[in-house]
Amino acid sequence: MTDANTHERIRLDVQTNDVVLYMKGTPDFPQCGFSARASQILRMCNVKYKPVDVLADAAIRQGIKDFSNWPTIPQLYVKGEFVGGSDIMTEMYQSGELQQLLADKGVATDAA
Amino acid sequence: MPMPAADIEAMIKAALPDAEVTIDDLRGDGDHYAATVLSAAFAGKTRVQQHQMVYAALKGKMGGTLHALQLTTKAKG
Repeated sequence: MTDANTHERIRLDVQTNDVVLYMKGTPDFPQCGFSARASQILRMCNVKYKPVDVLADAAIRQGIKDFSNWPTIPQLYVKGEFVGGSDIMTEMYQSGELQQLLADKGVATDAA
Repeated sequence: MPMPAADIEAMIKAALPDAEVTIDDLRGDGDHYAATVLSAAFAGKTRVQQHQMVYAALKGKMGGTLHALQLTTKAKG
């Protein structure tokens, strides 16, 4: 089970950052195909997001799975809400639903 | 430790008896599958909830024994 400190760290992260992507590796050096696809999708959506490399923090790697009751990585959060993993992000991106969600939630795009 | 497709299908159907399940072994290594699951039990549920129902059916295998399951779910009926 996740210790309270880890749970709190996650809660704060997703509350204080509009978009958070828990992934394996970093956007420039993803360590897993699904994480690579997830960060690629966010790049194509042109939104600023906070990447969290779960490989660098074992407590977060397990804690995030308990936090969302979701067994895999990557995990996307928008305005504190769990949106889904790589499959759901892909489906939503292809249907335009993800872009709509980001716009509805007032997430600023990167395009200056 | 790979997991046979038949076990995945059996576990999903045990939890969702009406489910129509199609599974593709993406890499032939028993570790990377794509699965489509249709079930009336998904009606009215969000995608996240639908996927969580399938993960629950796999009783903790997801993310451990089963490394990758590309999942598509649809409500049936």
